[in-house]
Amino acid sequence: MRTRKFAATLLCAIGALALGGAASAQTTLRIGLAEDPDILDPTLARTFVGRIVFAGLCDKLFDLDEKLNIVPQLATGFQWSPDNKALTIKLRSGVTFHDGEKFDAAAVKFNIERHKTLAGSNRRGELAPVTTVDVVDDSTVRLNLAAPFSPLLAMLTDRSGMMVSPKAAQAAGATFGSKPVCSGPFRFVERVAQDRIVLERFPNYWNKAEIHFDKVLYQPIVDSTVRLANLKSGQLDFIERMGTSDVAALKSDNRFKMQKIVELGYQGITINIGKSDFAQKNPLGRDPRVREAFELSLDREGIVNVAMDGEGLPGNQWVPPTSQFYAKNVPIPKRDVARAKALLKEAGVPNPSFTLMTPTTSDAQKIAQVVQAMAKEAGFDVKIQSTEFATSLNLADKGQFDAYVLAWSGRADPDGNLQSFHQTKQPLNYAGYSVPEVDELIGKSRTAVDPAARAKIFEQIAARVAKDRPVVYLYHRNWLWAYNAKVSGLRTVPDGMVRLQGLRFQ
Amino acid sequence: MLRFLLQRIATIVPTLLFVSMLIFGLQQLLPGDPARVLAGEDQDPSVVAYLRAKLHLDEPLPVRYLYWLNGVLHGDLGESLRIQKSVLELIAEKLPVTLQLAVMAMMVALTIGVAMGILSAVKKDTVWDYAANVVALWGLSTPNFWLGIMLILLVSVNLGWLPASGFVSPFEDLAANLKSMIMPAFVLGNAIAAVLMRHTRSAMLQVLNADYVRTARAKGLEERVVVLKHALRNALIPIVTLGALEFGTLFSGAVLTEQVFSIPGFGKLIVDAVFNRDYAVVQGVVLFTATAYVGLNLLADLAYFLINPRMRG
Repeated sequence: MRTRKFAATLLCAIGALALGGAASAQTTLRIGLAEDPDILDPTLARTFVGRIVFAGLCDKLFDLDEKLNIVPQLATGFQWSPDNKALTIKLRSGVTFHDGEKFDAAAVKFNIERHKTLAGSNRRGELAPVTTVDVVDDSTVRLNLAAPFSPLLAMLTDRSGMMVSPKAAQAAGATFGSKPVCSGPFRFVERVAQDRIVLERFPNYWNKAEIHFDKVLYQPIVDSTVRLANLKSGQLDFIERMGTSDVAALKSDNRFKMQKIVELGYQGITINIGKSDFAQKNPLGRDPRVREAFELSLDREGIVNVAMDGEGLPGNQWVPPTSQFYAKNVPIPKRDVARAKALLKEAGVPNPSFTLMTPTTSDAQKIAQVVQAMAKEAGFDVKIQSTEFATSLNLADKGQFDAYVLAWSGRADPDGNLQSFHQTKQPLNYAGYSVPEVDELIGKSRTAVDPAARAKIFEQIAARVAKDRPVVYLYHRNWLWAYNAKVSGLRTVPDGMVRLQGLRFQ
Repeated sequence: MLRFLLQRIATIVPTLLFVSMLIFGLQQLLPGDPARVLAGEDQDPSVVAYLRAKLHLDEPLPVRYLYWLNGVLHGDLGESLRIQKSVLELIAEKLPVTLQLAVMAMMVALTIGVAMGILSAVKKDTVWDYAANVVALWGLSTPNFWLGIMLILLVSVNLGWLPASGFVSPFEDLAANLKSMIMPAFVLGNAIAAVLMRHTRSAMLQVLNADYVRTARAKGLEERVVVLKHALRNALIPIVTLGALEFGTLFSGAVLTEQVFSIPGFGKLIVDAVFNRDYAVVQGVVLFTATAYVGLNLLADLAYFLINPRMRG
């Protein structure tokens, strides 16, 4: 009898627990992230996922719109000097930081200088061309450059343009990231590592009419199935980077909506053509004809279908074909196995063998397998070497690889996808690519301010890179967002950031 | 007593020193440059150089070890370079979460395992016995992560009874805390329940054949009283010992369970730290765990010493 009573009580308790969760006030937006962000200090931050949180926390001088145009945020306008060596920025008035401090030209000067000088700053390289900052008046600031630098404005739409409270930053020193103070729509409340980041509405936000939530909760949930399960069961309102294999099932469920945005980055295969003596030991690194044959053996559409369930856009350059800077003179080559075989024969290696290093992520693994199968038809013997990411990075840096499946999350300005990868001895130039002509053209593309002139230069670079193939670009992934149908006002900007302005529950 | 204590402590100090060297040394065997991993996507050379200096990566290995040991001896386990938080704070934040998970999982394991073990022993060679064995085999052979995801899909997505993942502090909201922990505790306790069931069954079978149980039955006692009061008490001794031993297994099992259910505990802390090459966190957490084990062992020895007069000699 006693046991029966206990069982009944237990059942009631479980029932009560289950019902208890159904009713809770809905002014909190709960966002599921694919990873736990790193340090929340715009100067030190190093991850893509961290930028998603910054979108709620820290306003920037400029922002991007859906078409990648640069639009003002904390700035109201800008003007290049005639020699393009000084950028004068007009600032919005009436903006305060979360600690009540005033945002003005002196704050901008402080922030740019902090980005440039703080120990361990990840912004130093981006802002290297900025030599000094002048406070013209309270609401005008001038950045002086050593030489014209066209990617600067785009850099100011990201972390380099994020403004933190000088007072709070000075007080906190190197621990600022554990309690960041910015001027964005939401202010920092708490962070439990690997569990949640909580922000609350900043009542004095300059654009508060656009903010419709009291709180925002960011929850890192690494497994995409579990992330989706949380959305479906109502624990989350929004998830970023849903699994590609879940798209079909969610499409038919009208309780949820989806958005796809072609990313700014790319997925590609980096080939060691000069990083180390590995390049000379292998026909792929040694002979451009073998690399051409390798590219011709690949069907990009097929790779996207198999590795990404079709959720990507085939591409052959560092920017997607949808970009205004995509070089149309270098179209995506069609698969041509016969020509690939002929090239290999001409090169005297009908059955070249090489090792394809791939990180252990499921995308990269799938790509490696499809590439292996496709290249085999042309005569290639591709050996897959699955390597944990940190290790693969190390091997890539030392040049101990033949070919490497590597993705890049992308930057708003094409320079961010190009310079560090293809200019001689730059940090991300794992291919060991070094061509004086390309170095010079990249240098030119950075000093040319007129977009049309830059596009012309990019065409020349694209033509040369497509011939040398330090990287065989494969496709551009779709950012896949899934959210509760009651969420509206979502803006789809290709940088993959979740902008909270305008977002609301219907 | 004092001499015994001093003797034990004298052996513990070199043990811990050796463990600390082992932890530090093994960590260095991990391939990959931690500065590069922590530097993120951009791989800015100045950032890599800064991180290398901060981690003393350019110094010889023994010097690095001494830097770390010096910090440890001053009660400073270092700081997570990824999120700028002290390792001690992280441990204090995560340990209670995993402890709660492990305790709840053990409760689940004991409830299910012992109940099924008794049932299967008492109803030996009946349908009940076979069914319990099949369930136990299933429990033993079901991978944690698979069961976790299946349960999330069933209980959270389809039935909507429990949250799919995450953690709420019991001090914030006890009901929400229990709701978020029931499923992970079940998944984690499941495999151990199977082990406990098998052991309970064999211990009960042994005891049920003992003379005193026959006597109890002969006295005309109700079967329920015979089983639960007379037989189970004796059969429980090995089960409790086994349960205590399995507690360590629960801690390692928690690593996977915490990943699946996104529970911010000890296991998730260390796995993420290994992948991010956040050396200070890995070293600190492993050293803490090792010290805890050594400390518990010392306590066990002491208890033994106090209980067993022969050792006091």
